[in-house]
Amino acid sequence: MTVAGRRVALTGIGVLAPGGIGSKRFWDLLADGRTATRRITFFDPTPFRSQVAAQIDFDPAEHGLGPQDVRRMDRAAQLAVVAAREALEDSGIGVGSGPGSADPHRTGVTVGSAVGATMGLDQEYRVVSDGGTLELVDHTYAVPHLYGYLVPSSFAAEVAWAAGAEGPATVVSTGCTSGIDAVGHAAEVIREGSADVMVAGATDAPISPITMACFDAIKATTPRRDEPECASRPFDGTRNGFVLGEGSAFFVLEELDSARRRGAHVYAELAGYATRSNAYHMTGLRPDGAEMAEAIRSALGQARTAADRIDYVNAHGSGTKQNDRHETAAFKKSLGAHAYDVPVSSIKSMVGHSLGAIGSIEIAACALAMEHHVIPPTANLRTPDPECDLDYVPLTARERRTDTVLTVGSGFGGFQSAMVLARPDRDAE
Amino acid sequence: MPAQEFTLSDLKKILHESAGTGEGVDLDADILDTGFEELGYESLALLETGGRIERDWGITLDDTALTDAATPRALIETVNRHLASAAV
Amino acid sequence: MRSAAVITGIGVMAPNGLGTRDFWDATRVGRSGIGRVTRFDPTPYPTRLAGEVPGFTAADHLPSRLLPQTDHMTRMALVAADWALQDAGVDPGELPAFDMGVVTASAAGGFEFGQNELRKLWSRGSQHVSAYQSFAWFYAVNSGQISIRHGLKGPSGVVVSDQAGGLDALGQARRQIRNGTPLVISGAVDSAICPWGWVAQLAGGRLSEGEDPGTAYVPFDARAAGHVPGEGGAILVLEDAAAARARGVRGYGELTGYAATFDPRPGSGRESGLRRAVELALADAGAVPREIDVVFADGAALPEHDRAEAEALNTVFGTGRVPVTVPKTMTGRLYSGAAPLDVATALLAAAEGLVPPTVHTEPDPRFGLDLVTEQARTAEIRTALVLARGAGGFNSAAVLRVPAK
Repeated sequence: MTVAGRRVALTGIGVLAPGGIGSKRFWDLLADGRTATRRITFFDPTPFRSQVAAQIDFDPAEHGLGPQDVRRMDRAAQLAVVAAREALEDSGIGVGSGPGSADPHRTGVTVGSAVGATMGLDQEYRVVSDGGTLELVDHTYAVPHLYGYLVPSSFAAEVAWAAGAEGPATVVSTGCTSGIDAVGHAAEVIREGSADVMVAGATDAPISPITMACFDAIKATTPRRDEPECASRPFDGTRNGFVLGEGSAFFVLEELDSARRRGAHVYAELAGYATRSNAYHMTGLRPDGAEMAEAIRSALGQARTAADRIDYVNAHGSGTKQNDRHETAAFKKSLGAHAYDVPVSSIKSMVGHSLGAIGSIEIAACALAMEHHVIPPTANLRTPDPECDLDYVPLTARERRTDTVLTVGSGFGGFQSAMVLARPDRDAE
Repeated sequence: MPAQEFTLSDLKKILHESAGTGEGVDLDADILDTGFEELGYESLALLETGGRIERDWGITLDDTALTDAATPRALIETVNRHLASAAV
Repeated sequence: MRSAAVITGIGVMAPNGLGTRDFWDATRVGRSGIGRVTRFDPTPYPTRLAGEVPGFTAADHLPSRLLPQTDHMTRMALVAADWALQDAGVDPGELPAFDMGVVTASAAGGFEFGQNELRKLWSRGSQHVSAYQSFAWFYAVNSGQISIRHGLKGPSGVVVSDQAGGLDALGQARRQIRNGTPLVISGAVDSAICPWGWVAQLAGGRLSEGEDPGTAYVPFDARAAGHVPGEGGAILVLEDAAAARARGVRGYGELTGYAATFDPRPGSGRESGLRRAVELALADAGAVPREIDVVFADGAALPEHDRAEAEALNTVFGTGRVPVTVPKTMTGRLYSGAAPLDVATALLAAAEGLVPPTVHTEPDPRFGLDLVTEQARTAEIRTALVLARGAGGFNSAAVLRVPAK
């Protein structure tokens, strides 16, 4: 439900991605077409089928987190808090009682996460079960904040505390579309008038043995080991699975008019958002991409944007056989002939697939692409696949006027989401 | 020859435990040449089944073994081939 | 004109009743489902009571193809969704697929499934982890499985806000209805009654160590010392009132108000956001406090939380001016499942004109609440308020309005 005239502006960005902590270094990585996929160092990956990942070189102390913060929070929550702080600082907004500050009661939080505190749960289970030997796990060995790992709404609480927000707060957890859905959810909260400012984004830190094992079991992650920096190959003919990543991106979203009144820099308007389900399979995709196409059409409709106005499509592009085919079909179905003209790229080729976080990291990439009028490339795309026959911007970034962008996601559970970002003054030009 | 042969009844047991049995499907009928798809098993069910076979029988199937084996007969033959080469 | 969201179907999985009829039969007479944990041996742990859903055999209700890939809580959610659709008289196969969505809440996902796979991982090795682990434990699993089972392709979602999430899901479902999706299945079913889930819940520091099912969970009582955890919840069918009317269905009642707030940082000394959530939900419903006939309280049974909740209610309604009840005392706290079950209970209570009791509690007069205890109280219920609070500071409130008989 939209209160007449309420539009949503993106005014602050914070990113922690593999190869790039902070939105500037993140953007440099994308613009240079560098990759951050490496052999796993968090644990010995030797027993696993897939042994590469995109890890962040992250020291929480460097980013202002104290020893108790680190003990209390799972890594995913730590990444979220640091990214949210960067976004708040970037937006220049204050939350509190000072003049010109946002009202804490009118400031909310939405955090996307697909797998919550997976890393913490994996480590703690190992301890309380004494290496899997105790069926009746020993509670006297549990960390005191284990409840916050059990129920990942603790992530929303941490971000709300960091931001000083006291409006509506929640975690949105829709698998690998969480990062789009969380931002879409926050935008709806502003549009309907339940908040004026939302600190929204997503986080996941899934690089742990249990995650590697479960993706091994369904052969979803790449078994490629020889050149880890070239392991993520979306839309490439030799692709054979995704590369797991981690990270977080957060945004400050504001009601557009009040953002303009305070002279905020507006990266983009969140002009359209939609999600649909394929109601088909928890992990499988129908090749025709019909439900993703429907989500794209709906998001374009909400944005009142014709398909041929899209300057850039940020693809889900996970690098699995079925996803990249599915998605290519969805673009053709929803964008028509324009699908063949518009540049499409997948930054997962560079930063890997951080599950619930990646949707927000990709929104950050879209906003920065609009900022710089540069389309990030699809790295490692050297071998054409006849089934993936669009312009995927191989290897090198491309300069191009970018005013309207589409980003999509597809996830386990059948969720298909799409979001349109646009320059708010696009119709005035 | 493998010390032990992987039989249809081994497969049926693993299939049912790993993925259940589709409605209207009778695994006790003559299913050797019935496609897995027709039996109601999609790729995920076969991945779980393949994992179970690998663990229970101590073999490692190639990535393509499951996708290439369209019927119980083909999968049983593949498994027995692996068992035979493992026994050499 | 905003679309109205009416609840047209209810599916209940509760510790004191499997299905709406059993549940209401027990609830109206104050029959509790709390007892010693049976799903594992609780002897080594300081908390040994739980509200377990009795007599639920998944294989009686679900195809065997679904069993290996689902956690216990997903099985219960799937069956509750089946029942809710039957109750609503809806055949999803006859409606356009994009016109139906599903928005559930989850607290801990399929934690028992995850526990079993973690055990295999650490005791036997990574090759022993199930292919289903990739989704069977995650928070989105119930929305995904319900959408697949019934062919629901419309806007869907999943929220996690601890116990408050159960109302946040309904709030999000109403958003989708207002945005043009005529039917949304919503609510939540949770369960983490397994050793690993138990240890994680114990770490939260909110569980009662009482051994007597008759006194272990007594909110608003001077003896309150934590809660008994439970499992289950309710799945509801929400419809655009016009769409429901068009097929001749009036529904149990309308979700007319919803709001969520978050508490100030711990240690700030400032008031909890709960009162604000109540006031915002009333304003959203266009209701004034005296219109509320009954409050289904959160009832944390922790002295500080009970005090904050009582203060919020007394400030908004006047001390002792509105009947308050906590039927959770019969089920334990069901995490995300609690609030949708309270919403179902409120609608059933209105249908019969009977406020179900808060069992076992001897109200501490200092709280100044008109707590309905011991016996159900007859009352005309047209408008009810349901509250849900989540660990960390989440407050959600919903207002339900029931048509006059």
